[in-house]
Amino acid sequence: MSVPPPPKKNPLERTRAPQLPPQTRSRAALGLSVAAAEGRFALQHCAECGTVQYPPRDACVSCLSHDLRWRDTDPKGKVLAQTTVRISATVYFRERGDWRVGMVQLDAGPSVVCHLHKDTPPDAPVRLINRLDRAGQSVLIALPHDSPYSLKDDPQLQTMTSAPRHRRILITDGRNPNAPALARALIKAGAASVFVGEAETWLPSPQRAALEDMDGVSLLPLDVTDTRSVKTLAAELGGKTDILINNARFMRPGGVLARGDTTFAAQEMEVNYLGLMRLAQAFGPAMCGRTAGGDNSAVAWVNILSVYALSNDPAYGCYAASHAAARSLTQNMRADFAGAGLRVMNAYVGPTDDAWHDPLPPPKVAAGALARSIVGGLEDGLEDVFCGDVAQDFITRYRENPDITEREMTALGGNQ
Amino acid sequence: MSRRFTYEGVVLVAPYSEPYVRYSHQSAHWWIARALRGTLAAAGLNKDEVDGFCASSFSLMPDTAVGLTQHLGLCLRWLDHIPMGGASGVVAIRRAARAVQAGDANVVACVAGDTNHIDSFRRLLGGFSRFASDAAFPYGGGGPNMSFALLTDHYMRTFGATREDFGKICVAQRNNALHAPAALMKKPLSLEDYLGARMIADPIALFDCVMPCAGGEAFLVMREDRAIALGLPFARIAGAIERHNAHASDPIQTRGGWSMDVDDLYDQAQTGPEGIDVMQTYDDYPVISMMQFEDLGFCAKGEGPEFVRRHDLTIGGDFPHNTSGGQLSGGQAGAAGGYIGLTEAIRQVTDTAEGTQVAGARRALFSGFGMINYDRGLCTGAVILEGARP
Repeated sequence: MSVPPPPKKNPLERTRAPQLPPQTRSRAALGLSVAAAEGRFALQHCAECGTVQYPPRDACVSCLSHDLRWRDTDPKGKVLAQTTVRISATVYFRERGDWRVGMVQLDAGPSVVCHLHKDTPPDAPVRLINRLDRAGQSVLIALPHDSPYSLKDDPQLQTMTSAPRHRRILITDGRNPNAPALARALIKAGAASVFVGEAETWLPSPQRAALEDMDGVSLLPLDVTDTRSVKTLAAELGGKTDILINNARFMRPGGVLARGDTTFAAQEMEVNYLGLMRLAQAFGPAMCGRTAGGDNSAVAWVNILSVYALSNDPAYGCYAASHAAARSLTQNMRADFAGAGLRVMNAYVGPTDDAWHDPLPPPKVAAGALARSIVGGLEDGLEDVFCGDVAQDFITRYRENPDITEREMTALGGNQ
Repeated sequence: MSRRFTYEGVVLVAPYSEPYVRYSHQSAHWWIARALRGTLAAAGLNKDEVDGFCASSFSLMPDTAVGLTQHLGLCLRWLDHIPMGGASGVVAIRRAARAVQAGDANVVACVAGDTNHIDSFRRLLGGFSRFASDAAFPYGGGGPNMSFALLTDHYMRTFGATREDFGKICVAQRNNALHAPAALMKKPLSLEDYLGARMIADPIALFDCVMPCAGGEAFLVMREDRAIALGLPFARIAGAIERHNAHASDPIQTRGGWSMDVDDLYDQAQTGPEGIDVMQTYDDYPVISMMQFEDLGFCAKGEGPEFVRRHDLTIGGDFPHNTSGGQLSGGQAGAAGGYIGLTEAIRQVTDTAEGTQVAGARRALFSGFGMINYDRGLCTGAVILEGARP
C-alpha cells in the first residue's frame, strides 16, 4: 500500500504554480490549527456544562457560556455518509482529481465533515486525526479504526504530510554530531538522496567517515556563516531541495555573567540566527517556487531549536537567547512561506547527548531519538515537534502557565 | 401553543419573473429593479404607491435592502432584508402579510434577485458562512454539491432510494419546463440521460445539480379589498410556517423543520395533504424535494421513494410538482430560488400560469428550504395559497 516513487519531471512542461486549499478560518477555528500543528485531536469543551462542540464557536451551543476550552477528545466515530468530490470549485482540488469526503459522527457527540482515508467504507468505525493541510490550516481526517493505518498509505492524504520518502533532502551541518543519525533515519525512511553540508572542509570532521559510508548521502561544502557559500550551494541545489533540515548550531554554556564579552554570543547569533536567515534567503525562494510540482516538489523546512527558545534557561542563557531570535525568525518564515504551502517544522529539544551538555544529568536527547522525531513529524505532517522527555515536560508546564514557567526557570539562577 | 391570528384579509398579487440568463454582466440591483418594475406593471401600480419593501439577494454586496431604497428611489415606512436563501419567499410572505394586516404598510413589494457573473458562484461558496469556511469548504471545495452528496448518500442507504427515484423527479420537472417559456433548460431529458450523466460528487450527478444563473422574482402583498379594487387576481394565505435550526441533534439531516410544524400548517388551512392541488418544493437537489413530500405529510418518513414511484409529477399528472420546471430546469438565480416556486404557485391558484397551468388548481403548497450553514439546511418554511378571482 506504499506510495510509488514519483515520475521524473519533464523539464519541457510548465512548473505548476503553487495552489492552496481554502485558507480562510475564523479566529475560533484557529484553536483547531494550533492542536493540528502538534497532531492533537482537540475540540472545544464547555467548561460550565461539558458540551463538546464542532464546528468551533464563540459560545457554548448548549448553555451559551463563553468559557470554552480546547481539550484532547476521543477521536472515535463512525462514517455516516461519504462522497467523492469529482468537480471542485477550487483549483487546488481540481488539480488533484477525485477527492473523498465523509461525514463522521463522533462518539463524543458532534458530526464532522472530514477527509476520508481510502479504506473507510460506510458505517465503518473510524478514528479522526487533526492535521494541517497545505494551507497550514487544520483539517480533520478519518482513518480506519485499526491503528496501523496512517496518512502514508493514501496517496491523496499523503499530500498533507512532508514525508521524506522519495524526497531529496539537505542537512546543513555535517559537523553536528547528530548528522549521521539524521542522514541514516532519512535514508531508512525512503529519502531519494541526502545532501549534507560541511563547513571548513579542509579540517577533519569526526562525522565525515560515517556520512561518506552511507549510500545515497553526499557531502557538499556549506558554511552558514558565509553568505557566498550559502548562495553557491543554493544555486546548485536550491531547485532540487525538497526538504531542508537546518541542524547548524553554535553553542557554549553560560549566561550573561558567565562570559566576559560578547564574542561567543556573536558567534551564536552568526550561526543560529543569521545562518538561518542566510539559508532562508538563499533556499527559500527556490523551494517556494516548486511546492506544487506534482510529486517532485518542495514540502518542508525543518529547524532544530532549543526548547529554551520559549523561556530562557540561565545555564545556557546566551545560547537560548540566540534560539529565541531564531524561533522568532521561523515565525516570520512561516508567514513568508505560507503562500507557497511550504511547511516550516520546528523540532524543539532539551539538552542533547553531546559534549556541550556533558555536565547535565539525564535525560538527554540522543541523536537517534532526535532523528526519529524529525522523520516522524515530517511523515505526520506536523509543524511543532517536542522531542524527548525534557522538551515534553517543558512544553506541558509552559502551556499551563508561561509566566510561572519563566519563574521556575530563573529562580535562584536556574532549575538544574 | 396559543392559536395565532389568521392571515385573513391579506393577499398576494402580481407575480412576476424576470427571465433568467446563465451569466449576466449586470448587478443584483439591476435584476431587482427589473423584477420590481415587472410586478408593479403587472399590478398597474406606480412605485410611489409602494410603502413597504422586502429584498433577498446574495450578490448585492456591499448593499442591503437599505441601499436599494436610495438606489431605486423608494420612500418606505416598512423595510426588510431577508438573507435566508431558499426560505426567503415563505418568510417574506409571513412578515409582509403581518405588516399589511397591522397597517404598518399598505403595499409591500417582495423581491428576490441575483446576478451571476463569471466566477461569482465560486467566490460565494468560499465565504458562504463562517461554519462553511471553517468546516466544510476546506474539504474538497465542493460547495453545496458536496454537502448534498453526503445527505443523499445517507438517505439512499437508510431509506432505499435509488438514482432512478431522483431521476424521476428531475425528468418530470424537465417535462414541465418544456411548457414554461422562461425556463432556462429546454432540452428534453430522459431517464437514460439522467442516469448516464457524469458524476459531480457521488451520488450527485450533473442533472441533480441546479445551474447557477441570474434572474429576479417579485410579487406584491396588499389588503384583499385593494386587490379587488385594482381588479387583480389574488392568492390568499391559508396557512404559513417557518422554522430555523430544527432537529439540531440529528447526526445528519434526514428531515427538515417542516416536520415540526406540519400539523400547524394544515390546521391553519383547515385542510390536509389531500387538499393540495399543486405542489412547489424547494428543489436545489431532488433529495430535498423528496424530504418535503415526507415532512409535509404526503407520505411517511422513508416512504418518499415509493411515493415518487407511485405518482406522476408532471403538470398533467396525479401529483403536479414544480410545474414551471423548478430550479432544476429553470436555473437557480441565487435568492430568487426561494421565490421561483412561489410566483408559480400564485399563478397556478389564480389560473394565470398559461402553459404550465394545472387544470382546476385552487390550492397550492409552496415550501422553502435555505442555507447550508455547515452540514444541513437550517431554514425551512411552507405556505398554503388559495386562489380567487375578483
